Amino acid sequence: MKEKLQSIREMATEAMAACADSRELDAIRVKYLGKKGEVTALMKNMRSLTPEERPAFGQMVNELRSVIEAGLAENKERLEAIALERKLKSETLDVTMPGAEIPVGKKHPINLVLDEVKDIFIGMGFSIAEGPDVESDYYNFEALNIPKDHPARDTQDTFYISDNVVLRTQTSPIQIRTMENKKPPIRIIAPGRVFRSDDVDATHSPLFHQVEGLVIDKGIRMSDLKGILEMFAKKLYGEETVVRFRPHHFPFTEPSAEMDYQCFQCHGKDPNCSVCHGEGWIEILGCGMVHPKVLEVCGIDPEEYSGYAFGIGLERLVMGRFKITDIRNFYENDVRFLHQF
Amino acid sequence: MKLPMSWLSEFVDMEGISNQDYDAKMTMSGSKVEEVVYLGREFKNVVTGKILSNVPHPDSDHLVICQVDVGKEEPIQIVTGAPNAIVGRVVPVALHKSTLPGGVKITKGKLRGVPSNGMMCSFEELGLTQNDLPYGDPDGLLLMPEGTPVGVDIRTVVGLDEYVAEFEITSNRPDCMSVIGLARETAATFDRELKLHTPVVKGCGGDINEHLSITNEAPDLCPRYTARLVKNIKIEPSPAWMRERLHAAGVRPINNIVDITNYVMLEYGQPMHAFDYACLKDKKIIIRRPVAGESIETLDGQMHELDTNMVCIADGSRPTAVAGVMGGYDSEITDSTNMVVFESANFHGATVRVTAKKLGMRTEASGRFEKGLDPRMTVDAVNRACELVEILGAGEVVDGIIDVDTTSAENKRLPFEPEKINMLLGIQLTADEQIAYLTKLGFGVENGEVIVPHFRTDIARMCDIAEEVARLYGYDNIPTTLFGGEAVLGSLTAEQTFEKKIGEIARTCGFDEAFNFSFGNPKMYDDIALPEDSEKRKSVRILNPLGTEFSVMRTTSLPSMLESLMHNLNHRNETASLYELYKIYLPKLNDNGTVNPEQLPDEPHILTLGSYGRLSFFEFKGVIEKILTTCRIADVSFEPEKENPSYHPGRCARILSGDTEIGVFGTIHPLVAKKYGTNAEILAAEINVDRMFAHVAPENVYHPLPKYPASTRDIAVLCDDEIPVARMQKAIEKSVGSILESVSLFDVYKGKNIPEGKKSVAYSLKLRRSDRTLTDSECDDAMNKAISILEEKFAAKLRK
Repeated sequence: MKEKLQSIREMATEAMAACADSRELDAIRVKYLGKKGEVTALMKNMRSLTPEERPAFGQMVNELRSVIEAGLAENKERLEAIALERKLKSETLDVTMPGAEIPVGKKHPINLVLDEVKDIFIGMGFSIAEGPDVESDYYNFEALNIPKDHPARDTQDTFYISDNVVLRTQTSPIQIRTMENKKPPIRIIAPGRVFRSDDVDATHSPLFHQVEGLVIDKGIRMSDLKGILEMFAKKLYGEETVVRFRPHHFPFTEPSAEMDYQCFQCHGKDPNCSVCHGEGWIEILGCGMVHPKVLEVCGIDPEEYSGYAFGIGLERLVMGRFKITDIRNFYENDVRFLHQF
Repeated sequence: MKLPMSWLSEFVDMEGISNQDYDAKMTMSGSKVEEVVYLGREFKNVVTGKILSNVPHPDSDHLVICQVDVGKEEPIQIVTGAPNAIVGRVVPVALHKSTLPGGVKITKGKLRGVPSNGMMCSFEELGLTQNDLPYGDPDGLLLMPEGTPVGVDIRTVVGLDEYVAEFEITSNRPDCMSVIGLARETAATFDRELKLHTPVVKGCGGDINEHLSITNEAPDLCPRYTARLVKNIKIEPSPAWMRERLHAAGVRPINNIVDITNYVMLEYGQPMHAFDYACLKDKKIIIRRPVAGESIETLDGQMHELDTNMVCIADGSRPTAVAGVMGGYDSEITDSTNMVVFESANFHGATVRVTAKKLGMRTEASGRFEKGLDPRMTVDAVNRACELVEILGAGEVVDGIIDVDTTSAENKRLPFEPEKINMLLGIQLTADEQIAYLTKLGFGVENGEVIVPHFRTDIARMCDIAEEVARLYGYDNIPTTLFGGEAVLGSLTAEQTFEKKIGEIARTCGFDEAFNFSFGNPKMYDDIALPEDSEKRKSVRILNPLGTEFSVMRTTSLPSMLESLMHNLNHRNETASLYELYKIYLPKLNDNGTVNPEQLPDEPHILTLGSYGRLSFFEFKGVIEKILTTCRIADVSFEPEKENPSYHPGRCARILSGDTEIGVFGTIHPLVAKKYGTNAEILAAEINVDRMFAHVAPENVYHPLPKYPASTRDIAVLCDDEIPVARMQKAIEKSVGSILESVSLFDVYKGKNIPEGKKSVAYSLKLRRSDRTLTDSECDDAMNKAISILEEKFAAKLRK
């Protein structure tokens, strides 16, 4: 009897190890452990044994059953692993194939740079002010110390709507609107469209963008103006950026200056440099201390308060940054252009 | 302003200052140098040569063979076709391997078999004109004056061995539009002496008052008028030195008298005019406003109507010059002029500016006057002109000067406030240091006052003086400091944040940001099929547009969006989806409905979307819905819009928030698309961002997650095809009550088994109570309410 048990055990173990799939394994389970299976039959044979023999025999059969059950479980795991391996192999992809396109739109390059500019100034405590594109002559010129027939009007070829209404030629009128509506301390930038009657070509557009800045408070000095604009240039172009301030004239600031940054391509060393055309410096903005007449016009006492203002030409910044050579690209909205940034 | 460096050297010792240094330091002290140009930069290997012999070319009728002494041991042989290769004369010679202006390169070669080792040149080939070289023959070689040395660089004998600094002068500094003005800045910048010269006129006796009387009837427009008289004029070309300086400064030499007026203008910054005395009727000059209807023929031969707001210089009977702008044709200097009146006057800037603009004649003189000149310089200037007359031997100066002067010789005085200057600039200079800078620029300081030099018409307040100190101290030496004043928090406004968010969602949905012009062609309203009487056609008009295509401020953003899409279509981009966030301009109207150009228009912000080649109608609508829901626009609904002429009548919807229309979207009408040149299906939306912002729902508050299960029930009805499904959905929402959590459309079917003109519409209703599980009868009850409202309101039949 013992031999029979041993032989069943060996045959079952061998059969299970030889199984190639789970169906064969299941057939083995039925063959030995099923209702009519060989192990089940052994148990039924117990009746033919003596009561003394039964416990030992029962234990042996149960042992055999557990061995087969363990073998079944082990082989099931083995077969599943094989099946999974086969499945994974069949699912292999060429991962070097391109991903499917998920269309995501692009910001216009002007706004891309403008948003950086805004973030820099917001970080320095500035808020964003706005004003109308169609502006009164008073705000665009008069209040900025540019009376009618002032020669400074020549430098800004103006689109007129009527004698007293123009398309703003600069974002500076927002200075006046802000000072009229808000008491110092004032710390704003005002980005916006401006209009000048320049014929369209690669570097001129009748419509372009400026970012105006205005700070008014007690005790504001020209050194503060230099500090904030130098910091702005370094944040925009990197810590190594070198800037210079050179005297200039604007009717609404005094003293006035223009800020240049040193050409990052040639550092002023290449007379044939394609970026700065050999000048070594690239003009980036105009600035100055707010003219006391302008403060007075807005009802701010220049004896008590002082401040500075600046105006950045945005297109120049964007074109320099991305090496764009034709300003007309900005208003054609060709997706092949927009997708580059 | 072009400043020849040799001219500058008459007033400041320029020894040891390189051009580069000059450029850099002048720019930093406030006189921006654009560039320093060497006039002879285009020349290489061009010298003077003397023609030694001239024999005919054996194989040519018009060529001759010359031996030319160019200062070397051996003369060189040159073949020329010029008719005036006169033996013994000195001419410009471009040697082998030389360069002439315009990049012309000369090398040796053979002309009809005869070797030629260079080229003899005309003045034209040197880049000069008859004005520069009056003795030159326009059709032949430039025969140089007797005594011209042989074998020297040509540039040294025709005035091209000269550096010229080109300055950008700002409008507040008309005093720097002159050699003396820039010399003063140079002297201050480099801390050198300014050597000024007082003109000396010998005179020839007589008295100007016996020949001429001057009356100023418009002292408000002509504060000062100064004149001198010159007789026995001999009109001829100016000497070379004067012609060369004028040429270097960019002024065309004409004749000695005209050249003198230009020379003085450049040197002093004082425009001058010369009248032919013989043409002045009644020996009179009257400065007055023109009377109505008066006109004048100016030097350029143009007739001009004058008006009573201008100033003219008249003789006893008529205007002979438009003051400060241009002289009259009748009193022009000619070869037969014998006596000349030199005018050196000061005119009111704004009047000159308006006059020049009205007459369309911006001249060198008017451009200077309009900036406001110093009235104190008229006498020195006229004396300098007379001195030059005597130096050139151009005539005899009659004694005496007429100077009608209504201005004060007193200098302007301002308080000297060194502490305030330091405060404004953020520096610490002593009063003495500041005084030293001011003194260099011609200011005086005494008794706590700054004495402003008369040529500085731009100085009016402390800040102006501060700038003078700052620019000589050096802007670069001002320290950089951060954040004086109170701390302020920076941020975007709620509207700006809102608009930023709209852009983000649009990009997430695959839309690229577009920038379009604010103005357009009025024809655009026809292109989008607006009816003739549409209010949208009422636009703010530009009085002086660049052209019709940029002449009206847009009242709708649709045309520019369509143009941008067409640009992409025309460049064969398979698809384009664009968004634009910018303004339109809605004019204020007069009572009679016309545009009022005196009032500023409303400038609402519009979100414009446009797309072709990628999205279906409902995908496009999905983008709009995504934007509206992400922006939490309250109570959004869509209504069919059949009347908008720009859109497909069956594929256009108004977008509503509550009862407010916030926008429109749809498929562009095929006829409009055709106007733009395409048959493609174009989708567009115009949404008013300001109205969106006004309809943002309050921020959501937390709802506890449901504890009890929802029941989902479906319902399908048959109804007329015309009925908008959104209306039926709304009816269901209203009728079922609070246990309806959501209702969604999941099928619309037409075709087989559905009668013509009908459709099958199926909704899925999700029902839930928050306090317990719903009973079947509650659900049945809810479904019955939904069914009956659909039956009642829309005559729909339940499909079973």
